[in-house]
Amino acid sequence: MQRIGVFVCHCGTNIAGTVDVKAVAQALKNEPGVVFSTDYQYMCSQAGQDIIKAAIAEHQLSGIVVCSCSPRMHEATFRKTAAAAGLNPYMVEIANIREQCSWVHKEMPVGTEKAIILGKAAVAKVNLNAPLTPGESPVTKRALVIGGGIAGIQTALDIADAGFPVDIVETKPTIGGKMAQLDKTFPTLDCAACILTPKMVDVAQNENVRIFSYSEVTDVKGFVGNFEVTIKRKARFVKEDVCTGCGACTEKCPQKKVPNEFNLGMDNRRAIYIPFAQAVPKVATIDPNYCTMLQKGKCGLCAKVCTAGAIDYQAKDEFIQEKYGAIVVATGFNPISMEKFDEFAYAQSKDVITSLELERLMNAAGPTGGTLLRPSDGEHPHTIVFVQCVGSRCEACAEKGKEYCSKICCMYTAKHAMLIRDKYPDTDVYVFYIDVRTPGKNFDEFYRRAVEEYGVHYIKGMVGKVSPEGGKLKVQASDLLDGKQLHIDADMVVLAAAIEPDKSARPLATMLTASMDTNDFFTEAHPKLRPVESPTAGVFLSGTCQGPKDIPETVSQAGAAASKVIGLLCKDKLTGNPCVAHSDELMCNGCSTCERVCPYGAISYQEKEFRMPDRTTKIRRIAVVNEAVCQGCGACTVACMSGAMDLRGFMNKQIMAEVDAICK
Amino acid sequence: MQEINCEVLVSKAAELLEKGTVDRVLGWKAGEFDYDITPAVFHSEQELKDGFVWNDFCGANFSKYLIKETGKSENKVLVFLKPCDTYSFNQLLTEHRFDREKVYAVGVPCSGMLDIGKVKQSAEGIAAVREEGGEVVVDTLYDGSISLKREALLPDRCANCKSKKHVAYDELLGEEGEAVSSARFDEVEKLERMTPDERFAFWQGELSRCIRCNACRDVCPACTCEKCVFDNPNSGVENKAAANSFEEKMFHVIRAFHVAGRCTDCGECSRVCPQHIPLHLLNRKFIKDIDSFYGEYQAGAEVGSRAPIVDYKTDDLEPGEAVGGGENA
Repeated sequence: MQRIGVFVCHCGTNIAGTVDVKAVAQALKNEPGVVFSTDYQYMCSQAGQDIIKAAIAEHQLSGIVVCSCSPRMHEATFRKTAAAAGLNPYMVEIANIREQCSWVHKEMPVGTEKAIILGKAAVAKVNLNAPLTPGESPVTKRALVIGGGIAGIQTALDIADAGFPVDIVETKPTIGGKMAQLDKTFPTLDCAACILTPKMVDVAQNENVRIFSYSEVTDVKGFVGNFEVTIKRKARFVKEDVCTGCGACTEKCPQKKVPNEFNLGMDNRRAIYIPFAQAVPKVATIDPNYCTMLQKGKCGLCAKVCTAGAIDYQAKDEFIQEKYGAIVVATGFNPISMEKFDEFAYAQSKDVITSLELERLMNAAGPTGGTLLRPSDGEHPHTIVFVQCVGSRCEACAEKGKEYCSKICCMYTAKHAMLIRDKYPDTDVYVFYIDVRTPGKNFDEFYRRAVEEYGVHYIKGMVGKVSPEGGKLKVQASDLLDGKQLHIDADMVVLAAAIEPDKSARPLATMLTASMDTNDFFTEAHPKLRPVESPTAGVFLSGTCQGPKDIPETVSQAGAAASKVIGLLCKDKLTGNPCVAHSDELMCNGCSTCERVCPYGAISYQEKEFRMPDRTTKIRRIAVVNEAVCQGCGACTVACMSGAMDLRGFMNKQIMAEVDAICK
Repeated sequence: MQEINCEVLVSKAAELLEKGTVDRVLGWKAGEFDYDITPAVFHSEQELKDGFVWNDFCGANFSKYLIKETGKSENKVLVFLKPCDTYSFNQLLTEHRFDREKVYAVGVPCSGMLDIGKVKQSAEGIAAVREEGGEVVVDTLYDGSISLKREALLPDRCANCKSKKHVAYDELLGEEGEAVSSARFDEVEKLERMTPDERFAFWQGELSRCIRCNACRDVCPACTCEKCVFDNPNSGVENKAAANSFEEKMFHVIRAFHVAGRCTDCGECSRVCPQHIPLHLLNRKFIKDIDSFYGEYQAGAEVGSRAPIVDYKTDDLEPGEAVGGGENA
């Protein structure tokens, strides 16, 4: 029989406001095994923990129940308290009477009744608890960064600087991400390429960093400290280590009509291409969808002009496997599709563009060489209308846009408006906005300069309709402050499209067993206190895969993720989780179902000799769990039809005892 | 009447014994009556000639017998398998329940077995059952010979046969069959159309007849646990007999959950039930739901396949979509 102590926390008024904590302590006193029960204002405080320690010693407690907040909050705290008092930490159970009780109920009697029931369930479980001892596992001292934008680059650089090897996996032929496509950056207006490309070169030259460009993560196995990752290196039909990046092939390739994705399809590239001049690695790639040699077996011109002999039409996708101790997700964002926003005539008129397209039109390396010209006729535009929040803060149009604020649009639009007024003072610039949001260092000053110094017309109101008519774009909009309708004949309309996580994020989250929110942004382990860690141990978050953010924020988060990775890789051993599965060999059928459902590959089989009642022996196939690899997810215990598989600390019997206590 | 007659099976078995391919034969032998055919092991040509039977009452599925039988000797055992038996055979191989190397499987075509319960409804005091001119003729003690239509005497599992195809064998007697489309889910749909109260009353009526003889569990090729939960005092659900009406339902519902995704719909549970409870309908409901939620899946169609409920695909339907179900679900 256990000797159980019950400790009911008030959490100030958080719990005590809707739960009669004294009544809970009193009611649980009579439960089987309970020898001591008390309440205190803050159990997690030093004084509260001292009450627990003293009670363990005085009443020779063999197990304790703390009725308090979620175990995610303070389970570790109370386990440490118990351990300090000489009790096995796994003899501690938390009854969550805050998040799951006092915070959801308004009536004291209801809250109290439920708190008592939750307490009884925890007592029922502790009665069946057994002391557990965790094992240890080694740490592979190598990190993987998924995504090679500014977030991934910064994270990799910081980890590499601490002396740990890092691999970057990037799906595109070059690293650089969205920042490489930008012209200038707010609020300082320095050129994006000028600050990004040195970092790209740094990362390429860093001996601790390997870059797998044009590659994808296809499989992730294992757990914190011991991930096994399969990376698909897509065939680029050019030998990466042989190509010198001279570009001769990209000039001679006869297939000239391939939409150039780096310039968002506003000009064309060849079938063999280097995305941009500063690409890293500076290696050509053949686009198999357009290359006539690969499509029809005729041409071969690039192989003829390549003096290095780097072209290999027979190349196949390669799969490499590597072990990592930590994984950083830096998969970034994309602007949402504008196809569904018919009112802005994006699909009808070439002169309606997104802000990212405008970045390319203003960039010296862009399709117009940096001169702002209308895409339809190449003329200089005299009236430009910017529309803010296209698809952002869009509660009513969930199927078209996003409910959240994309955060960066106010600032980049101010930047665009300012740059255009600066370079082409004869241009009228209108910005239609819901609010202008400028929290950030020097952000509001920047926006005010656009309005006050550069004379940009900011109008509070939304654009209702854009219709192409006689070479102009008729813009109908409302001015909410003056309460009137506006009609503007614009030459160009620029849409501040909402941003969304890259499409690769969701399948990746599944592979990593990392959680996501409804918008497919990765969720943090704690929104305030652990913002760069995913709830999955060993998986960290960097950049916009976690939520919309600008470059300075991305870089600081990238550094923070790197420091978490470094902290993990510095350790030689990780303490494991003793709540792992084990199989009762007398009941195991050896059917392999558990092995098939185990996401960690922790289960194997052995032939074992059993003595039978009639003095004969029988060889049976039985499951064996590798406890260092098992993460205690419990999938096998559910799949096991014979009931041989059970989870230490969460045994079927313990769970049933909890259910029974609740249903009594 | 079966397509291949008994002599062909006996001579095939004798030939394999003679050649030394196998040292024993798992087959059927006569019981007290023409219709209570029993599984048996034969060791010689003489034993086969004396006792081997192959007729319309050889319904027993031998796949499960192989678990114990293969452990008895290092030599191979010959087993005769009807098409539906081969699905159970594969499913047990998927679950590593016996060693394929120790079995020599001979496929036998099947034109459907007769349901003695249905015969008895039309004939009392059965002395013999034979086939004459396409009809089943029952010789009775009191009413002479009675002629019956064969189709009317088929059990549900044969009337709605899912496959004439042998999915596993070393040797096949007769022609290779095909999987056939059947109306096997019609009964399930009928139950689905009931209101929850009607459905509860239906199952209450059926399951309250259960005497907990465990025949369904003992015969079921998916029920092969080393220690059954119902025999295990530590399981929390152990019981030998239902103590109340709740428990009598729980036994069958728990069993249906345990075999979900592994049940090949061989129908042995309903064949052996002395109380004629249509137990296979519970399993068919699971099969139908698995098919509609995750795409068609036939347990045992191949060795090593993963049942959808122990597999994960990114496009699997979400739990919220799976509950809800039909209008009366």
